[in-house]
Amino acid sequence: MELPVRRPSRNHPPVPSKPVPQPSPETQPFWDGCAAGVLRLQRCRACDQFYFPPRPFCPRCLSTDVEWKDVSGRATLHTYVINHRPAPGFEADAPYAIAVVQLDEGPRMMSNIVGVENTPENLPLDMALQVTFESRGDMMVPLFEPAR
Amino acid sequence: MSVRHQVAIVGAAETTELGTIPNLSSIELHADAARNAIADCGISLADIDGVACAGQSPVAVAQYLGITPRYLDGTSVGGCSFMLHVRHAAAAISEGMCDAVLITHGESGRSRVGVGGFFGGGGFGGATLQGQFEAPYGPTGPPTMFPIGVVRYMKEFGLTHEQLAMVAVVQREWAGHNPRAMMRDPITVDDVLSSRMIAYPMHLLECCLVTDGGGALILTRAERAKDFPSPPVYILGTGESSETPMISQMEDFTTSKAFRVSGRQAFAEAGITHADVDHLMIYDAFAHLPIYGLEDLGFVGRGEAGAFIEEGNTRPGGKLPLNTNGGGLSYTHTGMYGMFALQEAVRQVRGTAPAQVPGVQVSVAHGVGGMFAAAGTVVMTNQAG
Repeated sequence: MELPVRRPSRNHPPVPSKPVPQPSPETQPFWDGCAAGVLRLQRCRACDQFYFPPRPFCPRCLSTDVEWKDVSGRATLHTYVINHRPAPGFEADAPYAIAVVQLDEGPRMMSNIVGVENTPENLPLDMALQVTFESRGDMMVPLFEPAR
Repeated sequence: MSVRHQVAIVGAAETTELGTIPNLSSIELHADAARNAIADCGISLADIDGVACAGQSPVAVAQYLGITPRYLDGTSVGGCSFMLHVRHAAAAISEGMCDAVLITHGESGRSRVGVGGFFGGGGFGGATLQGQFEAPYGPTGPPTMFPIGVVRYMKEFGLTHEQLAMVAVVQREWAGHNPRAMMRDPITVDDVLSSRMIAYPMHLLECCLVTDGGGALILTRAERAKDFPSPPVYILGTGESSETPMISQMEDFTTSKAFRVSGRQAFAEAGITHADVDHLMIYDAFAHLPIYGLEDLGFVGRGEAGAFIEEGNTRPGGKLPLNTNGGGLSYTHTGMYGMFALQEAVRQVRGTAPAQVPGVQVSVAHGVGGMFAAAGTVVMTNQAG
């Protein structure tokens, strides 16, 4: 029996790609929002507070009376490192910031900063940011850029 | 001594549904069962101060439910893990380590939704919360995540790059006295700051080693301890806590809640003040950890640790000898270094350390788990009660 031989194509070398987030049932509305170009968070009606990451109850009071709300997409740069050892798919970006952004609505989330070279000089803490979205596979991932 | 009639189960419930549940991920199955058990007995969330589970990390379950624990049990020995959790919880409650323990199980065994996690479950990827909300931003291991709060700390408190580098310099000085340390040649602040940038603001010499090795401890009742050849090292107090499995969700990036809760409990149980501590170990995966640890354990005020180390207080001959084996930065770091912090504390209390501090009676060993995910603190002494 002859085994099929697979040759790597010269025209299409394997290109590592950035991680594509895999939604869970509880987070699906968040990712649906991103696909529509909208940042969404959950808000507890009992506490009148936003929270993140998504879950079907409020982590302050356990109430399940929670709703999804479109939010402003405005944020500030809370803290970061600048990674000099790129993850697969990030080679062209290195060195790049892995940041935590402070959303205007209260919660914080990890993200990348685009639209500016990621140097300490260009990334003063508390700088104003706004959300933008990057295509990953068939998903859109929220990133942040300096506010215009 | 037994737990007979000391402890009772007051709430019990299963998940709302059983069978095929494709709409709930593993962590939410834990939370669904937990909310049902909480409803079953009417306890308030704030009164639950212990979390035990298998499959998921108790760190993840606690943070997901909004619990600040001072008792965690992640014992994972298969399907009987929960019997062991009950046993350990009964002992902990009867000893006053905590008041109310939540034991959860949730397993998407059929639908396989959101299975896995950073601890105890298989990887950083998939549909876990870390996989969805941290992995897409390109971290490549702890060096690119753990120090994420350092620039915020620098802005809040004025910590300088030179002060951060001094942590590594001082620990190398200790390592120079330790023949078993992997890195023993003296280094300067300039050496640290000119070493390769790994993840700004952390240079290579501000990151721990990666080594092979191990350690083991044997404990028994104090009254039996005198029958053994080595001088007994008595446990005076212990503490533990957790904050979040996702570093991006820390409450405050300049301080560890888990460090504070764990340390406070250990000092209170030991009945000691900071002035009683002759020797200190703070798990140093990266150079900022001794800085956070000194402050969160209460040895110095907020924002003071960088200057405290820079002034030489923790170096050989200083008033608070810290990480006297050379630490994870210079001695060894296998990945779970806490065992080596305990080993050095035992050596110092026994009086057998390579860089022995004179007259050690009380040592504190403080460890971190994950990236500010969890903490544990042990106070030990050679003084019989």
